[in-house]
Amino acid sequence: MSGEALLRLEDLEVSYGNIAALKGVSLEVAKGEVVCILGANGAGKTTTMRTISRLLRPRAGRILFHGEDITQVPAHKVVHLGISHSPEGRRVFGILTVEENLWLGAFTEKRVDKERLRWVYELFPRLEERRKQLAGTLSGGEQQMLAIGRSLMSRPELLLLDEPSLGIAPILVRSIFERIREIAGEGVTVLLVEQNARAALKLADRGYVLDVGTIALEGSSADLLASEKVQEAYLGKKG
Amino acid sequence: MDTFFQQLANGLTIGSIYALVALGYTMVYGVLKLINFAHGALVAASAFIGLTIYATIMGESSSLLAVIAIFALVAAATACLGILLERFAYRPLRQAPRLSAVVSALGASLILQNGIMLVWGPQMRIFPQLVPQVYWNIGGVVISLLQVIILLLSVLLMAALYFFIEKTRMGAAIRASAIDQDAARLMGINVNRVITLIFVIGSSLGAIGGLFIGLYYRGITFEMGWQYGLYAFIAAIIGGIGNIPGAMLGGLLLGLFTAFISGYISSTWADAFTFLLLILILIVRPTGLLGERVAQKV
Repeated sequence: MSGEALLRLEDLEVSYGNIAALKGVSLEVAKGEVVCILGANGAGKTTTMRTISRLLRPRAGRILFHGEDITQVPAHKVVHLGISHSPEGRRVFGILTVEENLWLGAFTEKRVDKERLRWVYELFPRLEERRKQLAGTLSGGEQQMLAIGRSLMSRPELLLLDEPSLGIAPILVRSIFERIREIAGEGVTVLLVEQNARAALKLADRGYVLDVGTIALEGSSADLLASEKVQEAYLGKKG
Repeated sequence: MDTFFQQLANGLTIGSIYALVALGYTMVYGVLKLINFAHGALVAASAFIGLTIYATIMGESSSLLAVIAIFALVAAATACLGILLERFAYRPLRQAPRLSAVVSALGASLILQNGIMLVWGPQMRIFPQLVPQVYWNIGGVVISLLQVIILLLSVLLMAALYFFIEKTRMGAAIRASAIDQDAARLMGINVNRVITLIFVIGSSLGAIGGLFIGLYYRGITFEMGWQYGLYAFIAAIIGGIGNIPGAMLGGLLLGLFTAFISGYISSTWADAFTFLLLILILIVRPTGLLGERVAQKV
């Protein structure tokens, strides 16, 4: 890794009441990289993502984007900086149409960029077919496509993807990971949180393993795939 | 048949007032999931503010321009009260348990109501006649110019609100904030600003409603916000609280219902039948007539 990090977390500490969720997490994402965060349930993966987009306030530590401290920036301004977050559980606006959801994704833009919308529809043709349909009536996989598409509408530099495979038919998981590869191919930097470690590591350049609020392991995807610890804990192979 | 059409006209008039006030309840509930109990007192305050503005600024003139100015000034003043209400009574309790906010709402309502009494006194005041007393007798049914104005202006305001909510970006931001505040923040929506805007819109519409109450019923009292607020609140529930077209529909239905009960049975029974209607609707459709029907995703 070069010294030029797009996103850098420094000793991030976050707690829910008295319960510490992150106990000093530091990580870096360079421009153009795809980085994944692995870990068991409750390891702090989603907390990390929600802290970067400032839905959560860290108790200590810093978040740097382009070298600038954004720890105190309110959530709605983080999007303006170029960080877009597709949250865990998709969180699409169920009683709005697919197209309205995408328009809201472009809320920070002066007007909805037609080319952007075109690109999102090309990535996920299913969304165009259903653009007048209420988002709540889509299948889980389609909602995930919508959540990702919506987060692309603000032309982010950095895309935070939280559990894009959660609760989705296996056949769709593969297709969604292919789309994420395409998105990264367009120059969007991706920070990905995943339970599906194998798929995530196949896609990512590097990875971090979170364990109860601390970084337990980090390395290139190849190293992590080969690591005994990772194999045992997340890839279901008994050593 | 005369009674029918007469009560139809009366019901639509009262109903549009209920609808205007109900919108304030339903919009705040939609985004904050909070019953804004102080809304009724705010509506009462608007009538008294109208009284003062009329007396001090407008004097004896009641030209069309002066009337429009009174409406605009009262709406602006009430919107400011609404902003203060949100800022000091509700925002500090945003993260607190729901009950604390409800208690704060009731407290704010009492403060407002007693504030009105301190400023304008406990006696009933007579609201000025801003609209010329023109009546039409259409085959035995008497309709006043005031009724026509109330109905038309209400419909116009509601149509404008509907367009704003459904067709503009800010409207979409309001709907998004009502569904999921965190997700709205992730879109870059400043949810605090949306909430302020909702109080501005709800309070201004309530203010117009308050002025209509003064113009239509003439006598205004400091505690009248309780009565009209309750009716408008019931209208919001009948329509499906949190649902904007629902508040409009609920208001009109409730106005018609009370008018027909008064016309055919007795006005003393109007309250009893109104609550009976509320109970029946809640039994049949707990989410109100237009309450959310699309199941939220898991």
